[in-house]
Amino acid sequence: MALTETPMQRERATTIYERSKPGRRAAVLPPAEVPEPPLEELIPAKLLRSEPPALPEVAEPEIVRHYNRLSRRNFDLDSGFYPLGSCTMKHNPRLNERVAALPGHARLHPAQDPGRAQGALELMWLLQESLAEICGLPHVSLQPSAGSHGELAGLLLTRAFHADRGETRTKVLAPDTSHGTNPASVTMAGYEIVKVATDERGGVEMDDLRAKVDDEVACLMLTNPNTLGLFDENIAEIAALIHEAGGTLYYDGANLNAVMGKSRPGDMGFDIVHVNLHKSFSQPHGGGGPGAGPIAVSERIEPFLPRPQVVRRESGNGSGPSFDLDLDRPKSIGRLRGFQGNFGVFVRSYAYILSLGADGLAEASETAVLNANYLKARLAEGRAGERVPVAFDRHCMHEFVLSGKPMKKQLGVATLDLAKRLLDFGFHPPTVYFPLLVDEALMVEPTETETKESLDAFADAVEQILAEAESDPEKAKQAPYTTPVRRLDEVKATRKPVVRQPLG
Amino acid sequence: MSRYTSATVADREQMLAAIGVDSVEDLFEQIPEPLRLGRPLALPDGMSEAEVYERLAELAGRNADAEEQVCFLGAGMYDHYVPAIVDAITQRSEFLTPYTPYQPEISQGGLQAMFEFQTAMSELTALPVSNAGLYEGPSSVASAAYLALATGKGRRRFVVSRGVHPHSRETLATYSVGYGAEIEEVGIEGGLTDAGALAEAVDGETAAVFLQSPNFLGAVEDVEALGAAGKEHGALLVVAVDPMTLGVLRPPGEQGADIALGEGQPLGNRLDFGGPSFGFFCGTETLMRKMPGRIAGETDDADGRRGFVLALQTREQHIRREKATHNICTAQALNALAATIHLAWLGRDGFRELGELLLRRGAYARERLAAVPGVELLHEAPIARELALSLDAPVGPVLERCADRGIAAGYPLGREYPEYEDGLLVAITERRTRSQIDDFAEALGAAVAAERQGVAA
Amino acid sequence: MPEASYPDDLLYHDQHDWARLEGDEHAVFGITWYAQDSLGEVVFYDPPEPGAAIDKDASYAEVESVKAVSDVIAPLSGEIVEVNEALADAPEKINEDPYGEGWLVKVKLSAPGETDALLGAEEYRKLLDA
Repeated sequence: MALTETPMQRERATTIYERSKPGRRAAVLPPAEVPEPPLEELIPAKLLRSEPPALPEVAEPEIVRHYNRLSRRNFDLDSGFYPLGSCTMKHNPRLNERVAALPGHARLHPAQDPGRAQGALELMWLLQESLAEICGLPHVSLQPSAGSHGELAGLLLTRAFHADRGETRTKVLAPDTSHGTNPASVTMAGYEIVKVATDERGGVEMDDLRAKVDDEVACLMLTNPNTLGLFDENIAEIAALIHEAGGTLYYDGANLNAVMGKSRPGDMGFDIVHVNLHKSFSQPHGGGGPGAGPIAVSERIEPFLPRPQVVRRESGNGSGPSFDLDLDRPKSIGRLRGFQGNFGVFVRSYAYILSLGADGLAEASETAVLNANYLKARLAEGRAGERVPVAFDRHCMHEFVLSGKPMKKQLGVATLDLAKRLLDFGFHPPTVYFPLLVDEALMVEPTETETKESLDAFADAVEQILAEAESDPEKAKQAPYTTPVRRLDEVKATRKPVVRQPLG
Repeated sequence: MSRYTSATVADREQMLAAIGVDSVEDLFEQIPEPLRLGRPLALPDGMSEAEVYERLAELAGRNADAEEQVCFLGAGMYDHYVPAIVDAITQRSEFLTPYTPYQPEISQGGLQAMFEFQTAMSELTALPVSNAGLYEGPSSVASAAYLALATGKGRRRFVVSRGVHPHSRETLATYSVGYGAEIEEVGIEGGLTDAGALAEAVDGETAAVFLQSPNFLGAVEDVEALGAAGKEHGALLVVAVDPMTLGVLRPPGEQGADIALGEGQPLGNRLDFGGPSFGFFCGTETLMRKMPGRIAGETDDADGRRGFVLALQTREQHIRREKATHNICTAQALNALAATIHLAWLGRDGFRELGELLLRRGAYARERLAAVPGVELLHEAPIARELALSLDAPVGPVLERCADRGIAAGYPLGREYPEYEDGLLVAITERRTRSQIDDFAEALGAAVAAERQGVAA
Repeated sequence: MPEASYPDDLLYHDQHDWARLEGDEHAVFGITWYAQDSLGEVVFYDPPEPGAAIDKDASYAEVESVKAVSDVIAPLSGEIVEVNEALADAPEKINEDPYGEGWLVKVKLSAPGETDALLGAEEYRKLLDA
C-alpha cells in the first residue's frame, strides 16, 4: 500500500447503483392526458413484466455529480498528449459538435421522405465527393460504421466481384504487421487468411508475396504507409501482381493521415479503401466510438456497393439537382446496417473538411509527418536512442515504431513498464506490443495538432524515465503511482469475470 | 498554417534541422515520384469557422426535422425526449475525446461507465451478460448469427420471422453470404409470427431462430411460446427488442431467449438521421466467452482498490485476430454512455412509468386512428407504442398531404412488405401529446378523403 | 513453478508440449515449463471433447492468458479418453504444476511408433538454449 494516496485514489469507485436510495428520482414525466386503463386490458398478462428492472433511484444533481467525478478518472485528448500509433489522436474541433447539434441534423428522422431531407442527403453526397477526391477513387459509400465494418464491406464486395465473374476464390493475403481487425474481418467474410512476410526495409517481402499470389487469392489487404509508419515503395508492383492474378487490392485507411493531398490510394492501385472518420477526419473517439468507416471504390467495384447509395440527380426542368437514396442496385451486396449510417459523424467530418480545405488537408499530412520525424529524431538521442531504438532506421511517415528490447535486456524494464511510468508523467503512452513483428514494440503517432513543446516534453519524459530506470528499475516496474488506480489484476478479471453489478 | 496545427516558421526550421533534412518535402521522398499527387486536391480551400457554420446551418435548414414536423415515424428509431444532462455529460472532454481504454489505470471513467451500462442492459433484458455495445440494431442481429455459427457445431441455417425489422433481415442476408449460411423466412399472420410455420421451419440444422418483439408491425409477440420449437432442436433463440418497452413488457431473458439485442437509439440518443446510436447485446453465461464486442469487468488494483478493466480480451480481434469472436474495434461507447445516463435519470420508477405512458398513448392513438374513415388497423394483435394501419388510399400521396400540414405521418410499409401495399406504421413517444394525436387523426382523415376524391393536393 | 524443469521420464515436442507414456497404448499430454512461462498466468483452458481424434503436430486445444492465446500441439496421434476437468475452475495449475496437476488430456494412441520423432529431456533443453 502506498504511504500517501492521491485524493482520487482514496475515493473508492462507486457505481451509480450504489448511490441509489429507494424513493429518489430525477425524471418528471409529462401527464398522460389519455385514458389510463390497467395494462392487463391492453396486453395479455403473460406478456407483461412483473418486476421492473432495478435501475438506480437517484436525483438529478446526484447523477450529474456522479458522472462528472467519474469523468475525471479518465485521461483524455483535450487534456494531454495521446500518441497512440495508427489511432490518429488529433484535436477534435468543437465547431463540429456545434453544427452536429443543429436540430436540422440532430432531430431528423432517418425514414423522413428524402424529398424533405435534401440538406442531409446533399451533405452526404458532398462528403462522398470529398472522400473520393482525397482517396483517388470515384465511388463512395458512407454506410459502414467503423473501420472494421468497412473492411468487412470491402471483403464482401470482393466476394461479389469474383462471383459476378463466375469465380470462387478462397484466400486473402495480409502482411504480418496488419491490424487485428484485418484477419478477423477475413474470417467473417468466409475467407482464409494467409500471412505475407515483411522485409528488412519494413515493406512487403516481394518474393514471399510472389510465392503466395495465385488464382485462389481473392484480395490483398494492405495499409500504406504500413503500421511501421513506412511507405512501401513497391506498391505499384504489388498492385500489378495482384491485379494480374485477378485479385482486388484493399487499403486499410487507418494511416491516411500521412498522405492526404500528397498521394492517393486510388492512384497507388487500390480498388477499395476504407476511411476512418474518427482518425483522419477528427470525429472524437468517445472512449471507444462512435466512428464511421466509409469506403471508396474503383469503377469495377461500384456495381456491388451497399444499398442504399446516396445519389445526385440533375433535374430536367432547370431547378437545381436533387439528392436521393438509391435502392435500385441489382448487383449490390445489400445492407450492412440500419438506415444510412452514422450521419452525425458525417456532419462533423464534413465540417472538418470544409474547415481545412485542400490546402489545410495537405498541410495536416505534412505536419503529421514532420512531427513524427521530429519526435523520432529527439528519441534517437540520449538514452532513448540506446534503450528504445527505432525498429527501422529511415525517415518515417506519420508514425514510427521503437523496440524496447534493449531496455528489457539491459535494465529489466519492459515496454509495458515504460508505458505505465509515462502515466505518472501525465502522458498517454504510445501503442504497446503492436505490430507483432517488432519485439517489445512502441508505436508512436503524435499527429499534426501537437506543438513542438508537447513533443519535446514527451521526449524529455522518456529520457527521465530511462535515467530513473538505470538506478532504480523497480520504479517503472511498479508504476503507475499517481493515477486513480494502480496496476489492475487482469488475471482475476478474466478468470472469474464480474461483468455487471449484482442487484436486488 | 492550417487550422489546428501550430508549427511556425521557426518551429519548422528547428525541427527540420533536428531531423537533418532541408524541407518537409524531403520526408515525402519515400513516396515514388509517379505516386506523388503533385497538385492541390480538387476541393475548395479551407474556410473560416463562421463560414463553415453558415454552410452547415444552410444544409440543416433544408431538412424537415422533428421540430418542423410532428414526428410519427418509428421503425426502430424514435423521437423521445432526451434530458439535457445527457448532452452536458457526454460533451465533457473526459468522455468525448479519449480512445478505447487500453490503459485501464487512466480510463476508469470509461470502464466504469461501460460496467454501469452492461448492468443496465442486463437488467432490462433479464439476461446475465451484456457487452459494452455494438454499432446499432440490424448489424447486432448479424453478429448474433456469427455467434450462433461459432457455437452451433456445424449448423448453418437461420430461421427468421418476417416480423424482424427489414433492415435486420437484409443485413443478416448480406453477412450470411460471407458466413456461408442459409436463411429461411417465416411469415406473419394477423400481425404475429406464424407459429405453425415457424415450428415447421426449424430442424436439427438450425443454428438460431430470430424473433423481434414488438415486431416491425408493432405487435407484441409471445416469445416464450414461439421459441419453444427452436429450443427443442437445440437452436439458439435470438430476440430483438425495443428497449424503451422493457419497463412494462416481459423481458426476453424471462422468455427463454439466449440472446437479446436491439437498436439502442431510444435510450439517450438523438435521431441524427439514423446514427450514431448503438446496438445492445446480452446473452446467457454460457455464451459469455463467445460474445462480440468489448466487455468491462471488475477487479482490484495492486493496493486492493476496486477498479475496472477490459475483460476476456482473448475473444477480441487485437489478440485473437482471425479466430476472434468478431472483428469489431471502435464501437459506440459514447452513445452507450448516453443511454446509461438517460436510464439513471428515468430511474427504476420513471422507466416503468414511461413504459406505461407509451402503452396508454399507443392504445389511445390506435383507437382514434382506427376510427378515421378510410383507415383500418392492419392487425389487432396487442401493441406497445407502434401500430400498423391500412389506408384506403395510396400511402405516398397521403404522406405528402400530411407533410404539407406539418406532420410526418409514419413509415410506409409497402416497399418492404409488398403484401401491405397501403400499410402505414405509426410510432408514439412521450412527446406525442394527446392533442398532437388528435390533430394527426384529423389530418390523416382529411388526407385520405382528399385522395379518395381525387382532390388536387 | 518458479524454476524451469524438464523431467527426464517425459518425451517432448518442439512446439513445447510433453507426453508421458502409460503402458503401450496410452499417453498423457501437457505443455512444458517453457510454454507456461511464455504464456504467463493461464486464465482459461478450452479442452477438446472426449472421443475426439487428434493428430500429431496438429492443434487440439487452446490455452489462454490475459493477453495471449496459445495453440496446444499434440505430440502424438490418438483419441481423447479423458480431459482434466479440474482445470475449468483452476487453470492456474498449468502454471503451478505443468507436469502433474496441470495435465491436459489422456489419449489412446493410434500410432505408438510416432514416439520416435519426439525429443528426450536433454535434447529439448538443448533446443531451448539454442
